[in-house]
Amino acid sequence: MSNYTEGILILLMINGIAAMGVSLLTGFTGIFTLGHAAYLAIGSYTTAILTLDYGFHWLPAVILGGLLAMIVGYLVGLPTLKLMGDYYAIASIGLAESIRLIIENWQSVTNGARGIPGIDTFTTLPITAGFFVVMAYGAFCLINGRIGRAFKACRDDHVAASLLGFNTPRYRVLSLSISAFYVGIAGGLYAGFISFIQPIMFDMLKSTEMTSVVVFGGLGSMSGALLGTTIITLVTELFRPISQYRMLIYGLVLVLVMVFRPEGLLGRHEVGPALFRKLTRRVTPAPGERGPL
Amino acid sequence: MTAPRPPLLSVRDLCVSYGAIKAVKKVSLDVFAGEIVSVIGANGAGKSTLMNAIMGDVRRESGDIFLDGKPLARRSFQVVAQGLSLSPEGRKVFAPLTVMENLMMGAFPRRDRHAIDDDLKRVFTLFPRLEERRQQYAGTLSGGEQQMLAIGRALMSRPRVLLLDEPSLGLAPIIIKEIFRELKLINEQGTTILLVEQNARQALLLSHRAYVLQTGNLLKEGLSSDLLQDPDIEAAYLGGGHKKP
Repeated sequence: MSNYTEGILILLMINGIAAMGVSLLTGFTGIFTLGHAAYLAIGSYTTAILTLDYGFHWLPAVILGGLLAMIVGYLVGLPTLKLMGDYYAIASIGLAESIRLIIENWQSVTNGARGIPGIDTFTTLPITAGFFVVMAYGAFCLINGRIGRAFKACRDDHVAASLLGFNTPRYRVLSLSISAFYVGIAGGLYAGFISFIQPIMFDMLKSTEMTSVVVFGGLGSMSGALLGTTIITLVTELFRPISQYRMLIYGLVLVLVMVFRPEGLLGRHEVGPALFRKLTRRVTPAPGERGPL
Repeated sequence: MTAPRPPLLSVRDLCVSYGAIKAVKKVSLDVFAGEIVSVIGANGAGKSTLMNAIMGDVRRESGDIFLDGKPLARRSFQVVAQGLSLSPEGRKVFAPLTVMENLMMGAFPRRDRHAIDDDLKRVFTLFPRLEERRQQYAGTLSGGEQQMLAIGRALMSRPRVLLLDEPSLGLAPIIIKEIFRELKLINEQGTTILLVEQNARQALLLSHRAYVLQTGNLLKEGLSSDLLQDPDIEAAYLGGGHKKP
């Protein structure tokens, strides 16, 4: 396998981990986010700083990056997720920008806008694959279990959910914390993959891209999120030779999917035996299944 | 017959306001174990507000609520844990989830797998149509079936008191009869029921005792059989003034 193919595979899995995090929050709990690059940045910078300045081994550094992202997510979620509606989406934009500005201006720790070069490239294919498999397994267990059921209840009707005994704010905050953890881990692995990070990588564009791949793949489908991120990553990579048209194609793909399949590629279906059974029959979308907005 | 026992659910001087508007004014009511109690009243009488305030979905301004002598919690999930559950007005089933998933949502606060299976069987015996449609999306059910699902879902937490908000809303008379027959059965199996209804005749025929609510005030209370005969109630809520059969 060439280095390039290996690189793309690693990137696919890192993006996949991040997409699962966003899918958990936006797809399964119904909380829109426009600032998940913040957690990616926290994961990346924590890993970079801990390995370079404090001599940490990469494994605890990545995990601590994930945990720090989780704590920040929890703290931001506490006040904003008690409110129903799109308050978190707005707050997340502010969060992402403030995190980026903090990183840019906290020169002594983050090296500011110049970024951190020379991060140990620990993110090899087997390591990424290991993380990916464990985290994907965790995500699928989560959405099919008790907690996943609580997330879906909050998403579909929070009034009915709270009347049935769900502590809805708690589950919304929990969803955000786990989501931030996933994205933080992805950030740590990303730092170890490209070995150089700078604040501009974690801008608003990155945030919207993270959310759009999940919408593209299907809100409410974990495998859809993975499919979405795979297609978008490949589209942007494959058309690298004609790079001036890359964003054009990326935009076109998104528009086409939203026009012809507003519920995303997979809608709320998961890839599995049940999906193939459905495909052989006439497909009726689930009531309430619709596009993202 | 109910006098010496303490009430299972007791509401004392409950007041609820939406901004400047007082929706429920100093309402007190008691529900004894094993009873069906109905609250009847016109639109805007405060019936749903009363239910939502008991469930902790609407903040109560003043007044106390006791379940079995203990003060009732103020947040919905704690209220459910204490043993109340509500089949809300307009049913509020999870349309994109299947019948089975909806029922399991009702059992969310519980962990006793075997007892949950028993309750599931009980719900399916009460409403066989739900069993036939267990893998169907709740949003594709008819109104009556959705109501059955909402009641079944509320039963899945094995409540000590089942609260029902307008179970007859928007349903055909024949379906209303069917649902009320099952409610009677649920009560005979040991679940205490507090019912809020606009369909006063059906509610009075089903319940043991009733309270009449008017613009937030408690107007009357008594045995349902007496209220059915009451000329004022008849005129206001039972379509009296017209020819009697």
